[in-house]
Amino acid sequence: MLRGLWKLTWVEIKIFLREPLGAFGTIVIPVLVFLVVGRLVGRGLPASSLAADSFVQVGLPVLASVLIAVSAVLSLVTIISIYREGGILKRLRATPLRPHTILTAHVTVKLILTAATLALLVLAGKRYYPVGVHAPLLSFTIALLITTWSILSIGFLIASIVPTARFAQPIGAFILYPMIGVSGLFVPVASLPPVLRGLARVVPLTYAVSLLEGIWKGEEWSAHMIDVAALVLVFVVCTALATKVFRWE
Amino acid sequence: MPPIIQVSGVRKSYGATVAVHEVTFEVNEGEIFGLIGPNGAGKTTTMECIEGLRTPDRGSISVLGLDPFKDVYKLQDRIGVQLQQAQLQKRIKVWEAVDLWVSLYQKKAIDGERLLEQLGLTDKRGAWFMNLSGGQKQRLFIALALINDPEVVFLDELTTGLDPQSRRAIWDLVRDIRERGKTVFLTTHLMEEAERLCDRVAIIEHGRIIDIDRPENLVNRHCPERTVVLATDNPIAEERFRAIPGVEKVVRTDLQFSILGRGDDLVTAVIHCLSEHGIRVTDFRTILPNLEDVFLKLTGHSIRE
Repeated sequence: MLRGLWKLTWVEIKIFLREPLGAFGTIVIPVLVFLVVGRLVGRGLPASSLAADSFVQVGLPVLASVLIAVSAVLSLVTIISIYREGGILKRLRATPLRPHTILTAHVTVKLILTAATLALLVLAGKRYYPVGVHAPLLSFTIALLITTWSILSIGFLIASIVPTARFAQPIGAFILYPMIGVSGLFVPVASLPPVLRGLARVVPLTYAVSLLEGIWKGEEWSAHMIDVAALVLVFVVCTALATKVFRWE
Repeated sequence: MPPIIQVSGVRKSYGATVAVHEVTFEVNEGEIFGLIGPNGAGKTTTMECIEGLRTPDRGSISVLGLDPFKDVYKLQDRIGVQLQQAQLQKRIKVWEAVDLWVSLYQKKAIDGERLLEQLGLTDKRGAWFMNLSGGQKQRLFIALALINDPEVVFLDELTTGLDPQSRRAIWDLVRDIRERGKTVFLTTHLMEEAERLCDRVAIIEHGRIIDIDRPENLVNRHCPERTVVLATDNPIAEERFRAIPGVEKVVRTDLQFSILGRGDDLVTAVIHCLSEHGIRVTDFRTILPNLEDVFLKLTGHSIRE
């Protein structure tokens, strides 16, 4: 039953864009940061430098994608807990709306906003970026979708167990941002200290980064089946757990 | 005609706390039925079990012939609900909320814009929810509860936190709902609200229903006391008052007398005595007990405690 899904999704998008910093914070700032960092790094190093090429061509797009996905998930966690605390979820549930329709609408909103931000990034990159990048955009989009679904399911699990809206954002950030640290985005996993390397192996974002970097560089999907499997596993487990422990009020 | 709502032997606990012990009652078609009691008495839990938002541990509920647990979506298509302390998205506009709600129900019997007009919200249709006053929010929630032209409307603590003027306006709206042939089930801890609005009330305390009847019947049954207060300077008055049949006590303060007795005949008896003895009075009023007194009598404490 999808009655009300599109209407609710559309209303939620409008509401989000009305938030102070809603559109600006989610869409404009990432694009600006992307451009500024791209230029600085691009100029600071000799154009032919391997490090510059590698970062601008692979690291930066993946970093941007992961950060945007993570911040979208954090914002979802916060919204769900605010809605729960304010009784909005409960009020919506006292209608013929199915619970999963409500949650699907919120996930769809985040996916649409993430997609819009990334599309702008791609456009901005094409226009202003000094280095020619030829990435398989379709494959990358699919890889990013798998990644985002997986991170979203972690977000849902967090949203299901945070006690109050005040804790939602910090707890979410506390769980997700360290994951980025060991995910191989900044330092290759192979050169991490042993303890962190072990940690990296159980952190879902490591597989996300490996998948995204590989696909961006033009590697075959078959080389990343373990990454995909890990992300799907995370999605299945977290979604199952979240369904069990989710509270409406 | 079978009752619209039948609740039988319902019990609901949260962990070790029993919110509703054992509740049985029926609501008839076309009446305003009130569940009254102090905060924490089990009003909201009972109502939310009937709406299908909670599952009772024991007992059975039938609403419009449906089981609120098994047929929850079918039921929610036919009822209207206003929840206690509910909120909407802060920045949703009034018309967007109405438009969204219209899209959720199968039958489209009500014109949202007309409903907003009837509830006096037309000039607020573009306003964000967060910028509405308390009364406007409640009127919007009433609009949302009526949007599917429901057969039964549930109103939980509808006027709590509103000023007296908005409260009266909302009472008129609730009476309008009944005029349109709907059944209204409401909870309140305001005795005045129950007395002015409800055709029948159930008094609930500690998760148990103490008594159910029309408000005036409850008052007559539990609080037959009547008091006549009058003022006179006639020196023999006190003696005469004490001789009136049915009078239990006469309290005098200066020139003012309080005559206490039982039953509806007391007032007539006092008037008769005044005319018979030619006693001239400069003040005359009666004090009748109300639901507040009934509650005090039945539970041993005031509903506000």
